Amino acid sequence: MSEIKLTIDGKEIIANDGETILRIARANDIFIPAICYLERCSPTLACRLCLVEADGKQVYSCNAKAKDGMKVLTTTPNIKEERKAIMEVYDVNHPLECGVCDQSGECELQNYTLLEEVNNQRYSIKDTHKPVKNWGFIQYDPALCIVCEKCVTVCKDMIGDSALKTVPRDSEALDKNYKDTMPKDAYAMWNKLNKSLIGTSSGSTLDCTNCGECTSVCPVGALISKDFKYKSNAWELDKVPSTCAHCSVGCQIYYETKHTDISNSEQKIYRVSNESHFTTLCGAGRYGYDFQNNSSTGKDKSALKRAVEAVKNAGTIIFNSQITNEEAFILQKLKNKLGLKLVNNEAYKYAEFFKTYSHVVGKSLYSADLDYIRSCDFIISVGSALKTDSPNSRFAVNNAIKINKGASLYFHPVGDPVMESIKGVLQIKSKPYSEEQILSYILKRFGKNLPDNISKYLLNIDFSDVNFPDNFEATLDGMLKKKSRFGLIIGADLYSSPQAHNLAELVGLIEIYSDFKILLIPSDTNTLGVIKICQLDKSGNGKRIGYNEKADFTISAFGDGDFSVPALNQQEGTFLNIDKRVVPLNVALKFDGFELNDIANEILDEVHENTIDYTVELFNKIEFDKLSNEFSNSGEDLRGYVVNSSNIEKRDVTFHLAQSEKNRIQGKAIYLANPVLQFNKFTAKAHQLQEKGGLYVSPEYAKELSVVDGNNVLVATKNGSLKVSIIIDNKISGNLAILPTFDSNIDSRKLFDGYRFIEAKINKV
Amino acid sequence: MSLDAFKNRNIGSQNYVPVNIENYPTSGWDKFKQVVKRGVGKELFVGLWVVLREMLKFKIHTVQYPSEVLPIGPRYRAVHKLLRLLESGNERCIGCGLCEKICVADCIRMDTRVDENSRKEVVEYSINLGRCIFCGYCAEVCPELAIVHGSRYENVSEQRAHFVLKDDMLTPIDFLKQQKEFSGFGALSPNADQLVKKTPLAY
Ligand code: SF4
Ligand code: SF4
Ligand code: SF4
Ligand code: SF4
Ligand code: FES
Repeated sequence: MSEIKLTIDGKEIIANDGETILRIARANDIFIPAICYLERCSPTLACRLCLVEADGKQVYSCNAKAKDGMKVLTTTPNIKEERKAIMEVYDVNHPLECGVCDQSGECELQNYTLLEEVNNQRYSIKDTHKPVKNWGFIQYDPALCIVCEKCVTVCKDMIGDSALKTVPRDSEALDKNYKDTMPKDAYAMWNKLNKSLIGTSSGSTLDCTNCGECTSVCPVGALISKDFKYKSNAWELDKVPSTCAHCSVGCQIYYETKHTDISNSEQKIYRVSNESHFTTLCGAGRYGYDFQNNSSTGKDKSALKRAVEAVKNAGTIIFNSQITNEEAFILQKLKNKLGLKLVNNEAYKYAEFFKTYSHVVGKSLYSADLDYIRSCDFIISVGSALKTDSPNSRFAVNNAIKINKGASLYFHPVGDPVMESIKGVLQIKSKPYSEEQILSYILKRFGKNLPDNISKYLLNIDFSDVNFPDNFEATLDGMLKKKSRFGLIIGADLYSSPQAHNLAELVGLIEIYSDFKILLIPSDTNTLGVIKICQLDKSGNGKRIGYNEKADFTISAFGDGDFSVPALNQQEGTFLNIDKRVVPLNVALKFDGFELNDIANEILDEVHENTIDYTVELFNKIEFDKLSNEFSNSGEDLRGYVVNSSNIEKRDVTFHLAQSEKNRIQGKAIYLANPVLQFNKFTAKAHQLQEKGGLYVSPEYAKELSVVDGNNVLVATKNGSLKVSIIIDNKISGNLAILPTFDSNIDSRKLFDGYRFIEAKINKV
Repeated sequence: MSLDAFKNRNIGSQNYVPVNIENYPTSGWDKFKQVVKRGVGKELFVGLWVVLREMLKFKIHTVQYPSEVLPIGPRYRAVHKLLRLLESGNERCIGCGLCEKICVADCIRMDTRVDENSRKEVVEYSINLGRCIFCGYCAEVCPELAIVHGSRYENVSEQRAHFVLKDDMLTPIDFLKQQKEFSGFGALSPNADQLVKKTPLAY
């Protein structure tokens, strides 16, 4: 990208060519008013506040690209007058209810009304009755809406649900005289505003994946969280910057806390918020925040002693990846000291896959991150139910398609109506066990200068299980027109596949021989951190300690074990997230009991007061207190630090695809995954997300099985059977049912072999 | 005001009685003589006699507190009251939280929620009088004239921290008729109407 020089309000600035004036101004600490602009999305051009004068011409700075030598004035008397009139228009008939409005104090309408010094009203129009709409987690009050269309934009450009749209407002026309007497832009803005309101794309209720991002971007109190409504004024809440604990994206969030009530000074989390210009949350992160461990009985010395004894006498520690780097590090230290086995099946599979892949490419980390994916124009996703496995990866794919006019292939056996509805995504419902064929196809199609043995081998592959649609090659050629940045997203289906080794090699080869950069979605919150810190064992022996897993002696942040430790919203620590970034977690709620570190202090030769004393020993050796958790004005991610990839020994591929026996599923299959909004026991514990799991089937599959919501069915695989009730889920399609892992009452894993698909019989009981 | 100007203020004509103060004794001996003269001499008994005489006459000049309480000016800032709307009897407080925010002693807390009619309801409201400095900011900031200062200035408690809750401050519904419009610190000025700019209405 070439550099350009321009001046804004006389200040000389060097910027990248192709940037908008507004972004350049923000990056250089120059303020330009703007309500409807949303970073990373296409300009909405609704508010017109961002008017500036560039080389003598008025332009909208959120949309206008800067040019070399441009002279920009952020305000002129005329622009000032326009802005003031715009704010007056927004205030026309706006209910005077700041006193109760949840947005008060953080309201852009309040802010800009004051900033533009609106102190009287010149315009008027008849008001209409606009009743409040209840949309599940969300409430929409059209009377407060200023139709900035940010919600529509974020849902379309970022989330991909496109669940909101503008609908006609039933209103009178503007007084004709205004056209001549009012400032031009203010009038045009009003004219448009007066014609529309926000509605749902799907009839009267909102049918979406409930990310709540629309409530986050809304500059006023029009779209709000129903649960939070009227619970607290914004300014009473303390914002604790932290990291979401539910998936490997590790979004930056703020836990907003305050005393519980008048008579109880204990802190409580009232809501989670985010910097919607720079991060995007899914519903699990936004609504699944109160999973704290309330079962602490204080510093119980005898319990600690029991725990220490149990660890000393144990042969194995079983754990999962919902754990901080520091805790993982302590577990590894315990392993070194006591010769324990560390068992974490999910991370083990990821580690094996990762190892094979990284030795093929000779790099210690994969090459892409979500920022890269967002900058791509052609993305392929293989082996992940993206929407639920890694919501932000889905957002990134959608964002890339919308902003870069990109295209995407989404290979997955379970149909996803949301992915399918994104224009530019071609969903291919390949069969389970077809990942090898898919990757071979990608290598064959996109590989350049392939060595002979590989291209010869690829010649013999049949792609019958991929289920390519008719005329696929022609469609793909169309999709690939003018595409230059390629991303390949790999999901957890591959790590657990019996052919994982071959798959990892194929992924490596794709990276080497094609233009694709690779993202290996870590399969759980901190899987990447765990595999970089712990030496995991395939299986254990002796007495088993469970860290957040049931075992002979259970150490649990869930409150159901033999020894209680703080949950992830009650402790400091770090994750290594999908972007290979070490990101910090902070304490939102107090936990007054002991933690893993206290057990370690009794056993290890070193004593550390706090768990985060270990942070400095990890990765780039930076102290916890030196890690920031913020974004710069220009949207630069300043959280923690990125761990760089290093060169490692390159190994030849063993590549024995030909020998691998064909696994096939003859009859119906089930898939191990969670529904929208759920990830684990912790999300299921949060008061807004509490729900019972079941067998999730698409509406059409329910018909085929002739079952309705709530029917009990027996799901049987070769490993056993489970009685569960049917939940009809319109966010999946096709005839593959989903069994979840978030509900601890459903031991779904026992039906599976490790791979996320298995043949199963479903019978009504 | 300079000291000079201060001394020469125009205080109008008043019935001041100049008190003749005789010269005070200066030497130790003179002072001793004066003490003896006043103590043992008749001045002491004059005083006692006056008290006895007035007592017998039942002519009482002091305020009989606590059975009698002097009226207090509206701008006096004592223990708060929460007022109701005179027409409907509804609570005036809408839970906007401005009083909680502005309070310099951080002694106001409130719990709010959505009520059955989808309105914001203040379920509980408390002021820690042990911290309150009776500055009147809450009454001044309140957009609803809901929180005001009352005239109850007696604060007795066993601990420094003591609280008034919503029920203690809110006008009991049967006393609605007796509720007086507050005219003290934070109330609307008498000419408020003239200061308001009218918003044009398209009706
Ligand atoms: S949206 Fe803003 S201006 Fe409107 S009532 Fe709420 S706080 Fe006030
Ligand atoms: S609901 Fe909020 S974000 Fe959406 S158009 Fe209205 S004001 Fe804008
Ligand atoms: S909650 Fe998310 S998916 Fe639903 S309408 Fe809002 S932005 Fe769109
Ligand atoms: S300022 Fe008045 S209306 Fe607002 S919360 Fe306080 S008492 Fe209630
Ligand atoms: S920010 Fe540019 S038009 Fe609203």
